Amino acid sequence: MKILYAFFVCLFLVSFTNAQERFLTKKGIISFFSETPIENIEAQNNQVLSIVDASSGKMAIAILMKSFMFKKALMQEHFNENYVESDKYPKATFKGDIIDFDNITTSEITLAIKGNLTIHGKTKEITIEAVTKKTDEVIEMTGNFFINLSDFDVKIPSVVKNNISEKIKVSFRLYHKTYKK
Amino acid sequence: MKKIFLTAFLILASLQLSSQDLLDILELEAPVTENIVSATFKGTRIVNGHSIKNRKDSELEFIISHRFGRVNTGFEELFGLDQANIRFAFEYGLSDNLTAGIGRSSFEKTYDGYLKYSLLKQKTGANSFPFAVSLFGSIAAKSQKAIAGNERTFAESLFYVGQVLIAKKVNSSFSIQVTPTYVHRNLATTDADPHDIFALGVGSRIKLSKRVSLNAEYYQQFQKLESINTRNSLAFGIDIESGGHVFQIILSNTITMVEKSFITETTGNFFGGDIHLGFNLSRTF
Repeated sequence: MKILYAFFVCLFLVSFTNAQERFLTKKGIISFFSETPIENIEAQNNQVLSIVDASSGKMAIAILMKSFMFKKALMQEHFNENYVESDKYPKATFKGDIIDFDNITTSEITLAIKGNLTIHGKTKEITIEAVTKKTDEVIEMTGNFFINLSDFDVKIPSVVKNNISEKIKVSFRLYHKTYKK
Repeated sequence: MKKIFLTAFLILASLQLSSQDLLDILELEAPVTENIVSATFKGTRIVNGHSIKNRKDSELEFIISHRFGRVNTGFEELFGLDQANIRFAFEYGLSDNLTAGIGRSSFEKTYDGYLKYSLLKQKTGANSFPFAVSLFGSIAAKSQKAIAGNERTFAESLFYVGQVLIAKKVNSSFSIQVTPTYVHRNLATTDADPHDIFALGVGSRIKLSKRVSLNAEYYQQFQKLESINTRNSLAFGIDIESGGHVFQIILSNTITMVEKSFITETTGNFFGGDIHLGFNLSRTF
């Protein structure tokens, strides 16, 4: 019994220290870019929530769709109302594993992240690459990748087919700091 | 005994900590944001009357509106298409909350100008507020020459309208607006005609699909002009959104598009077939 007791005390302490190894940001930046010969569309979100668990190499990102800022207010309204339907699907999320997370160092290296990206209520498994580095207080991750709108059931009406690209470039810059509960 | 409890607690606590989902933590950490409800109405008009929608800062919109004659005039008049009242207008966002507009209607050669200010916004999340309020004021000047013996001064050609627009987006597919209205005319045609008319407008939007909505609008007058047989204005419209513009197709019992006219000078009987087909076309620059 005593051994069992000691074991659970250890487990408790271990999970407690694990919790200390989480890194969080509430001000992550994610932007997307649609490029066509007619027009370029760009939007940026500066309020992205992202968390990395340094003990397991798992990470999660939550993105509020209404926080994407466009240059033209009308575009922003259309984006929320007609394309991603923010009232129905307020958030995009990502949940995944940083592969070979143990290789992370204080200097920049590129690591792959594999996980599920959910936008507009549709989930797709993706693998992306991120330039990462870690110090005692900070985990930094930057990179970009492409998504296809059709994978997430975001439809482009034929009238604006030439104005919106089917392939969207997504860039991210996440500056996680030690998360204290 | 104590130990067992402590053990049980430790087991639960460790399980709790290790299995806590990362997304759940993000949920907990998410700041409560203020959300301004947008797209209560798509156009600056519900049908004929103004909605709480403003032009955004520095946005210029050119609007061409048409109202044809009555459909019950028959084939000879091509169901009203031979006759038309046209209004050209420019609307400009002085800021996100203040829109100014000028227009000119062929009906009585009327010039009009307005200001619309968004006073309160409907919000969810932090600082939530259940509805939106805008203030609207317009001046219309009739420039059609008076018949001999009935000449009027410029001041006598002026009309003023004040409105409080109170709107609520109930859910993503239904919005409603209540519009207390005051109309003042400097010149009354006869002594029996009131200079001041109060009216109450009710308008709504029902979203039929992502880009199409059905709008309806009714203005109840509390005083009426006596020199003409006026009726309350009733109108239905379909909003079709295509890229940067909203196209509106309209059926109403009024041929005019200026507040003072369609609210107080409508004579058509909608259910008697005095229906005017019309459209609003806009282009945003």
